[in-house]
Amino acid sequence: MTRHLRITRLFWSASIAAEMEYRSNFVLTFVTSAMMLGGAVLTLAVLFQHDYQMGGWTWPQALMVVAIYTILDGFQQTFLAPNRTRITELVREGTLDFVLLKPIDSQFWLSVYKISIWGLPNLVLGVAMLIYAGMRTRPPLDAGDYALGLPMIVLGVAILYALGYMLSTLTVWFIKMNNITYAMAALLEAGRYPIPAYPLPYRVFFTFVLPVAFMTTVPAQTMLGMSGSAVWIVGSLGVAVVMLIAARLFWRFALRYYTSASS
Amino acid sequence: MPVVVCDQLGKTYRVANKPPGLGGTLRHFVRRRYKDVEAVKDISFTIEPGEIVGFLGPNGAGKTTTLKMLTGLIHPSAGRCDVLGHTPFGRDRDFLRRITLVMGQKQQLIWDLPAMDSLRINAAVYDVPDRDAKARIDELAGLLDLDDELTRPVRKLSLGERMKCELVAALLHHPKVLFLDEPTLGLDVNAQTAVRRFLCEYNQKQGAAILLTSHYMADITALCDRVILIHQGALMYDGSLDGIIQRFAPFREVKVEFDSDVTESALRPYGEVESLDGRVARLLVRRDDLTQRIARLFNEQQVADLTVADPPIEDVIGKLFAEGAA
Repeated sequence: MTRHLRITRLFWSASIAAEMEYRSNFVLTFVTSAMMLGGAVLTLAVLFQHDYQMGGWTWPQALMVVAIYTILDGFQQTFLAPNRTRITELVREGTLDFVLLKPIDSQFWLSVYKISIWGLPNLVLGVAMLIYAGMRTRPPLDAGDYALGLPMIVLGVAILYALGYMLSTLTVWFIKMNNITYAMAALLEAGRYPIPAYPLPYRVFFTFVLPVAFMTTVPAQTMLGMSGSAVWIVGSLGVAVVMLIAARLFWRFALRYYTSASS
Repeated sequence: MPVVVCDQLGKTYRVANKPPGLGGTLRHFVRRRYKDVEAVKDISFTIEPGEIVGFLGPNGAGKTTTLKMLTGLIHPSAGRCDVLGHTPFGRDRDFLRRITLVMGQKQQLIWDLPAMDSLRINAAVYDVPDRDAKARIDELAGLLDLDDELTRPVRKLSLGERMKCELVAALLHHPKVLFLDEPTLGLDVNAQTAVRRFLCEYNQKQGAAILLTSHYMADITALCDRVILIHQGALMYDGSLDGIIQRFAPFREVKVEFDSDVTESALRPYGEVESLDGRVARLLVRRDDLTQRIARLFNEQQVADLTVADPPIEDVIGKLFAEGAA
């Protein structure tokens, strides 16, 4: 475990150092990132003018979902998306061989290798929004509510990771898959607002087909102590575990294919 | 105890076959036709600890496929292989810690960063303690004449410098068996010599076995006492470098200097005329009647000087692969 932490630390410092190699690009990305963050805050401020309801959710409650969406999105941009892109590159260039020859779990290597600091502002914004929304709900959330919600967010992240990893695994067969990043961003986007605010067919789809509901809505419901949360908590745990195992098995299967087919 | 054992190893690929043209492309998209290609068939050999073996064959002969089977990157479709007592395809940690693969056309170093950063990662992945890692890097860098190249971004290095850094990264864990796929590809003569000298020293210091493919005959002649030739996936020869000439070159090269200019037609009875430049000619003469032909040459022509040599190994092997004869 300490070995894995050490390796992760080395990966990340190398990743950040590589990003900082190109100074003008670094400055430019910083500016874009700041502007996008400003845009996101502005949109929220505008929406705040009108105190409207969403599928039975009060505005502060809905804002909780938006906040969790923003946190997940930031997490995705920081930790998940860069690695997904890299898996595609490795498969196409054939340098995946080097990873497979290292005495370390290949899924671990491929999942934590890269980090992009440009998702961090979103992560911070999300946390700030969550705290703000928590103060505005009636009654305001306390530490216990957050403590209950945090594991649910972790499960949401796990589901998001597993889905994305399975999608990246497909590159072993299809080689060219440049749109994983967009597909995953769009998928998460569906969880930007409370799932109960959608019409029934969508709700079913986003719960049972693409488990978006578990990523954003369920953590918010848990924190808000909405009725029937217990079932959802168990469901969330179940979905996360199943998805993680599926991602693992699918990767193993893909490797068997890769190693018997590539030249 | 051999460190590498290949026993009737074989690999068959299924490849899609696309007919040319738009119609072909459409048909290819809807229904793919596959055919089986035998990349490697029935290859058997063993390598002892500390041996350096040259692995030769024209492009597409199956060299890389064999190396990939031996490193566990692909699964053999026939036969069996064993490296350091492990079945490579299991890719267990203990096996991976003791082997390495260097590919001249692919690189593992992080492009935007100095090689040192990649080396630190490799040290951690292979569980080499910091102090050992530093000593090993210094040693390997010393053997390769590397200095501040390790702290310059990899993208700013020349091909030769980059390959040297790749070698440091590939050998940091002191592997016992090295699989090298064209490690000198594209390098200039100086860099090639440096890499060869380095491999030789590493081999002696660590007692590591090396299986090396290369298109540069000089790599092979400088490093390998033993060579394995494969052609169209099948083993053609396994033995000493000199043995190739004995076995596959039925000709010797006779260089003759005459007292005066001669014509090509006058020389034809003695052997195949390779070159003729005024008074100096090079003839290819079959081994079995070499003495007889030379005796006739001395009798019938005004010979000033005469030397007999084996034809260059490059020519022999080149001819061999071109003919494809076993």
